Amino acid sequence: MSGDEELMSGGEMLARALRDEGVEFIFGYPGGAVLHIYDALFRTNDIPHILVRHEQAATHAADGYTRATGKIPVVLVTSGPGATNAITGIATAYMDSIPMVVLSGQVPSNVIGEDAFQETDMVGVSRPIVKHSFQITDPRDIPATIKKAFYLAGSGRPGPVVVDIPKNKTAPGEQYPYSYPESVSMRSYNPTKRGHGKQIKKAAKLLVSAKRPIIYSGGGVIQGEASDQLIALARKLNFPVTNTLMGLGAYPASDRQFVGMLGMHGFYEANMAMHHSDLVFAVGARFDDRVTNTISKFCPDATIVHVDVDPTSISKTVNADVPIVGAASVVLEELLELVKAEMSSGESSYDSDAIARWWTQIDAWREAHGLWHAPRYNTNSDKIMPQQVVEMLYKVTGGEAYVSSDVGQHQMFAAQYYRFDKPRRWINSGGLGTMGFGLPAAMGAKLAHPDADVVCVTGEGSIQMNIQELSTCTHYNIPVKIININNQALGMVKQWQDMQYGGRHSESTYADSLPDFVKLAEAYGHVGMRVDKPEELEEKMRECFALKDRLVFMDIYVDPEEHVYPMLIAPNGSMRDMYLSKTERS
Amino acid sequence: MRRTLSLLMENEPGALSRVVGLFSQRGYNIETLSVAPTNDESLSRLTLTTIGDDRIIEQITKQLNKLIDVIKVIDLTDGAHIERELMLIKVRAKGEQRNEVKRCVDIFRGTIVDVLPDIYVVQLAGTSSKLDAFIDAMGEAGILEVARTGVAGIARGAKALKI
Repeated sequence: MSGDEELMSGGEMLARALRDEGVEFIFGYPGGAVLHIYDALFRTNDIPHILVRHEQAATHAADGYTRATGKIPVVLVTSGPGATNAITGIATAYMDSIPMVVLSGQVPSNVIGEDAFQETDMVGVSRPIVKHSFQITDPRDIPATIKKAFYLAGSGRPGPVVVDIPKNKTAPGEQYPYSYPESVSMRSYNPTKRGHGKQIKKAAKLLVSAKRPIIYSGGGVIQGEASDQLIALARKLNFPVTNTLMGLGAYPASDRQFVGMLGMHGFYEANMAMHHSDLVFAVGARFDDRVTNTISKFCPDATIVHVDVDPTSISKTVNADVPIVGAASVVLEELLELVKAEMSSGESSYDSDAIARWWTQIDAWREAHGLWHAPRYNTNSDKIMPQQVVEMLYKVTGGEAYVSSDVGQHQMFAAQYYRFDKPRRWINSGGLGTMGFGLPAAMGAKLAHPDADVVCVTGEGSIQMNIQELSTCTHYNIPVKIININNQALGMVKQWQDMQYGGRHSESTYADSLPDFVKLAEAYGHVGMRVDKPEELEEKMRECFALKDRLVFMDIYVDPEEHVYPMLIAPNGSMRDMYLSKTERS
Repeated sequence: MRRTLSLLMENEPGALSRVVGLFSQRGYNIETLSVAPTNDESLSRLTLTTIGDDRIIEQITKQLNKLIDVIKVIDLTDGAHIERELMLIKVRAKGEQRNEVKRCVDIFRGTIVDVLPDIYVVQLAGTSSKLDAFIDAMGEAGILEVARTGVAGIARGAKALKI
């Protein structure tokens, strides 16, 4: 032990390690097994702690903070129910590759396995939904384990890391010398950054010679901070770009080359361009089943180039002709240089005429059914249409808001109609599809960006899954705006029941039991507004956003019959097979 | 087809459960599994046999490599290799059967490691198919108990799975 190392208890080491790691927020909820830690935080720490009202919200709030910033906060929960309540949020982060460090209390190590009070095998329960997990067996390991947890969470393909801490390892009695490691290396973990040179060359040649190409970019471009590189490459090649639900904002939506989101509720022009392409350049996307539709019918004429930091994502569902394992930013940068050289060489195979013809085709698709080309919903209704709500939101916030969503129809309308021009502005649970995500995620985003407009686009179903967080917003004055697209039903479930179950609305409606959301918001000390007339929408929404320092809950009653379109026809359809409205198919 | 994968992983609590969990979680099968520390006590070597087409085996290999505790994975079936499994088998051996069983044990180059008036415990090492053949030779009626270790394997030649 060197002379300048301080002596600390396990709990104090933990608190100090979080500070030394540069953690800006702790989202948590105290309980028996973490009392030593909470006491150490109280005595020694200056990291702001947000006391949520349910542990699930702690994970979602941390998640929202991360998605909006790229920085990794900490979730701190107690053992047993505290830990299991956090599970949904951990799974949400895992599915969307969001870095997160979750510290869970555990019963004292000497009673582990004895079914002690509030005991759960957190390492076991969370195992399939974490990137990695640790259990502290010796307090001396705490600093190094925290360092490793952050390193693992944030590097390679990011993901949640759980550190399970038995209560006796943080006890104040025993003290140990503390030092925080400056760096970490693990012999079993070396994520690839640079792609394989030969493969990148091959990809560059394919890109330049493609005649009907499409760039299909996903959440990896956002997580990997590769948006600038993507834009540069797409512009150089004049290729169309589609973003996945997770990738919205990675390529600016208002750019001409953006053809919209793809997949289940993707844009007609994006899905058609995918299906008819001769080259799919996938980057940071994982050929999710919500994108591909029937695998055997997926992009029949396309050569597939797939860039991903995680080798398991490559050729998992769709076989990649040119797989490139590497960080999106690094690979895209190298590719751009090669593409530039290839295009300016004498015998370049770049066929600008073919690309121009391809654009003519894409523009024709846009004109026929593009969501942004002309209104594709009833604009003369005496009811408010959900699409109109999101379009109005876009207008009122100038397209600059951070928008979180829950899951269902409102999520798809938000993804389709809020045109995200920047990465990290769109915050939604894409992979797991977690209802209840929106409000706590918006809290996280607002804490990260206090001066920005932060909006939770939700529905009356989802919002009730974590509505208790209105109290947290009161506690810390977190003035998010809640846009509740109220169709008095579980809209997406109802849509499927309309389309595939003969309109039998089994357990998807509850109009008579909905709370008065205006009063509910007011009960928590917030502002509530109810809107049900189209002509009032703009005025009320402007009023809502003018109240900068208040949480405003806008309860907007919309046409309950509206469906989300386009919608891929499943099962057995390809990406060009879509319902375009209640009566039209592609 | 049947594949034999070997891997080196950190000899730490939870590492084995991550490997096993991966298989059930992603719908892969484990036919046999053996695991023990190596000469380097910080490392465990795990060998498993599984069944799948090339695409599935590639996914399994990648998924195993992705586990933080796993350091290296090889597919032994990719090249020349040696596989051995150990079996302890308790069989009826009474009267005339005793000589018959003894002869069979000799043919399979096994060893009788415990003797009772009407029972032998036989130790047999070899490929899995050799052990299967011995079980067939003993017949369902003659077998009291079977304990097999699962396959251990090593590549032929100078190439070694080490860090």
